[in-house]
Amino acid sequence: MTEDNFNTMRKMLVVPFLLFALAATAGAQSGSPLLLNAAGATFPYPIYSKWFDVYHTAHPNVQINYQSIGSGGGIRQLLAGTVDFGASDGPMTDDQLAQSKVKILHFPTVLGADVPSYNISGVTGELNFTQKALSGIYLGTITKWNDPEIAKANPGVNLPGEDIVVVHRSDGSGTTYIWTDFLSKASDDWKNKVGKGTSVNWPVGLGGKGNEGVSGLVKQTPNSIGYIELIYAVQNNIPYGKVQNADGKFVKADLAGVTAAAGSLKDMPEDFRVSITNAPGAKSYPISSFTWLLIPAQISDAAKRDAIKDFLKWMLADGQKFNEGLSYAQLPKTVIGKESKAISLIQ
Amino acid sequence: MSTSATTMDRAAPRRFDGGGPRAFLHRLGHGDEVAHVLTLTFAAGILLLTSGLVYELWVNSHLSRAKFGWLFFWTRTWDPIFDNFGAAPFIYGTLVTSIVSLVIAVPLGLAAAIFLSELAPRRMSDTISFLIDLLAAVPSVIYGLLGIFIVVPLMRTTVGPILIGSLGHVPVLGKFFKGPNYGVGFLTAGVVLAIMVVPFIISVSREVLLTVPREQREAALALGATRWEATWKVVVPWARTGILGSVFLALARALGETMAVTMVIGNDPKIAASLFAPGYTIAAVIANEFTEATGDLYLSALIELGLVLFLMTFILNGLARLLIVATERGGGHPS
Amino acid sequence: MLTLTGVAAFGVVAVLFLILGYLVWNGGKSLNLDFFTQLPKPVGETGGGMANAIVGSLKLLLLAALMGLPVGLMAGVYLAEFGGKTFSYVIRYTTDLLNGVPSIVIGIFAYSLAVLPVRHFSAVAGGVALGIMVIPITVRSTEEFLRAVPGSLREGAMALGASKWRTIATVVLPAAKGGIITGVLLALARVAGETAPLLFTAFSNRFWSPGWGQPIASLPVMIYTYAIAPYDDWHRQAWAAGLVLLALVLVANIGTRVVLSRGGGGRST
Repeated sequence: MTEDNFNTMRKMLVVPFLLFALAATAGAQSGSPLLLNAAGATFPYPIYSKWFDVYHTAHPNVQINYQSIGSGGGIRQLLAGTVDFGASDGPMTDDQLAQSKVKILHFPTVLGADVPSYNISGVTGELNFTQKALSGIYLGTITKWNDPEIAKANPGVNLPGEDIVVVHRSDGSGTTYIWTDFLSKASDDWKNKVGKGTSVNWPVGLGGKGNEGVSGLVKQTPNSIGYIELIYAVQNNIPYGKVQNADGKFVKADLAGVTAAAGSLKDMPEDFRVSITNAPGAKSYPISSFTWLLIPAQISDAAKRDAIKDFLKWMLADGQKFNEGLSYAQLPKTVIGKESKAISLIQ
Repeated sequence: MSTSATTMDRAAPRRFDGGGPRAFLHRLGHGDEVAHVLTLTFAAGILLLTSGLVYELWVNSHLSRAKFGWLFFWTRTWDPIFDNFGAAPFIYGTLVTSIVSLVIAVPLGLAAAIFLSELAPRRMSDTISFLIDLLAAVPSVIYGLLGIFIVVPLMRTTVGPILIGSLGHVPVLGKFFKGPNYGVGFLTAGVVLAIMVVPFIISVSREVLLTVPREQREAALALGATRWEATWKVVVPWARTGILGSVFLALARALGETMAVTMVIGNDPKIAASLFAPGYTIAAVIANEFTEATGDLYLSALIELGLVLFLMTFILNGLARLLIVATERGGGHPS
Repeated sequence: MLTLTGVAAFGVVAVLFLILGYLVWNGGKSLNLDFFTQLPKPVGETGGGMANAIVGSLKLLLLAALMGLPVGLMAGVYLAEFGGKTFSYVIRYTTDLLNGVPSIVIGIFAYSLAVLPVRHFSAVAGGVALGIMVIPITVRSTEEFLRAVPGSLREGAMALGASKWRTIATVVLPAAKGGIITGVLLALARVAGETAPLLFTAFSNRFWSPGWGQPIASLPVMIYTYAIAPYDDWHRQAWAAGLVLLALVLVANIGTRVVLSRGGGGRST
């Protein structure tokens, strides 16, 4: 082509190219940072995002990018090898563990609670939910807010005769695991018809994506009920009710109740996979749970391995200090001790 | 003279437009063959890419196809715990939301297209068309955003109660308008989809209507038809295959729409008569569950859903293309 | 009856502009300097911005352009200049087919192509997904605008002794370049707003994403994530991001159409 054409073409390309190159290098830090990718549970997302932020400020060359796609996603992506570690509030099943080429270790991080949050016209106070009420609502056998099963536990509260809008998770979720684990213990009907898992065949209800999605739906939909992690209800000012525990008492989810539930645990198994829903004890909150980081026992990249081990050590010591500020309970001392020893299993 | 002898010897031109490897190599040197082969390779690359796509979909859905067979299409459960998967609720949801969107968008779109092609002065028509084409370019996640914060509350507080109140008790139609109204659901998703596809219908229909020969209109008017009669009874039927093509195009777009739908449909894999019930579509369930399908059968079932969606849009797009091309070639015959 | 059609036309336009106006108003309220310069804050804390998502979207567009444009342009040249009858028909049909594939299905394909083999979500994988989507639009517009170049120009060049490829490179392409560039910009504007295929290819990232092999944030994915969450501050940011994305897309579309209508390269689309 002619000289002129070539030159104009060249000029035309140079400017956008420069712009793009600028964009591409934007944010590149001096001395390339170590990038760890993680994904999983939305249940502990608020505390994890705080931890990773604080840890990054203290160790500027380590970036832990955590995406809250749900516990099911965390397990799946860990098994597929696309993330460096995962997170889940439903411990991996033996089947799932068998699918992994490397051994996967569970590390409890915090204790949290699933709460029944609701948005009922005219009701501003706390409702009491019996175990039968919650399982009935989610089975679809209890359909109105003024059903006797709900009303009898809440004398004096003016419950409307409106249909209950049930909200559950549309994605694979550890929060669902905790909730359905509890319902399976509370109701044989539920156990036989639906069962427990990160993704179940829900008899009724709308699906929201992540704890975020369920909270959003409950907040915007009148006469709805949804199960979310405690901090989501607190941060968004969504009312939540008391739940009847194994001892028959109505307990509101808080740090004391969750710690009591964990305290009733006699022995923590070696692999840390345990359920503390429906725990005995008058003060125990019945829908409490540990949540775990899923770490491969063999990590070939030495830099990543050291970073993960260092983060775990930090998490068990300094990290725990942030828990209560975000309404998660601290791990019991005995568990912390056991975990510290288990860190050495990561090779 | 020796020079003239040599020039004469060299005078006979060597021919390279024949066959043979030497001739090919010479043409190669001129670059034409290179250009031909180069561009051909890229074009063939598209074939490779598309067949690769279909191949991947087919192969990766193997587990699910083997286990469920044709039953997959009408099984209504979607149960990851007991490993029982069926496509029925998603096919239902995809079809219902798309049909609802067409029921809303086609009359409106066609009417608008008629206005723009027949009535509006040329400049107004061009400006409005320009604006409508812009709307076709708006990303779907933005429609989802608007859906969540405008359409859903509107549906829940205003439109829903009006519809339930007025149509809920009508004999046959009533069962589509019953029941609890959450704001999210089939109807909301259909409305959001309608907003998204109406620009396509207007744009293509207008183009097609503009190709109808003047003689047709003038003949009708000469025979004493009113303007409306001429338009509705002569012009539109002439263009009807093209308009149908635009409808199919819109339908194909609606079927594959993911983000806007998953934000407003309620994400519940159930088949329900009421339009206010929450539902699920193929695209939405893949978006929600793909990254977390634990278990190979689960993932395979999701990919099989993707294959089903691909086939649906493939057939529709093929039909749409045929119809539009047929009309553009002046083949519109009111028969 | 005819007035009803006018009502329909104005009605449609009015509704669409009302809701877009709502977006502009809400988004405009929420835009501030922080939005363009800061990284997202931890969950539940207010403030922060989407700087990494804006840059991320630009990087993804660059990758999509690098991967998809050469294929689209070359194939368009083939179809307009070299193609034989049957093969061209097959290519055109396949290209239209590819254009009609729902973006989520393309995401599945890109996942098995670019994520699984390397066990990594990455900007490249996102670029692959978007690049595949860029191809059909580019092919179509390149072919159209090349065909629109008058035969007389080609014949003139050949009469002067230029070979075919020289004619294409030095005469036909420059003549069509306005149209082709607009086609390219439209294709890029279209994929800039795509969310679904990025969900499992580019994933997302709270931080800056150096290089091309790491997960990367993008505007559409951020809008989706923030919109379905309960935090009001996130909603605010989602509106702002929506406005930025819309502005990007509309500027590209308006710009290209204005250029085209001024006779930039042959007949307008």
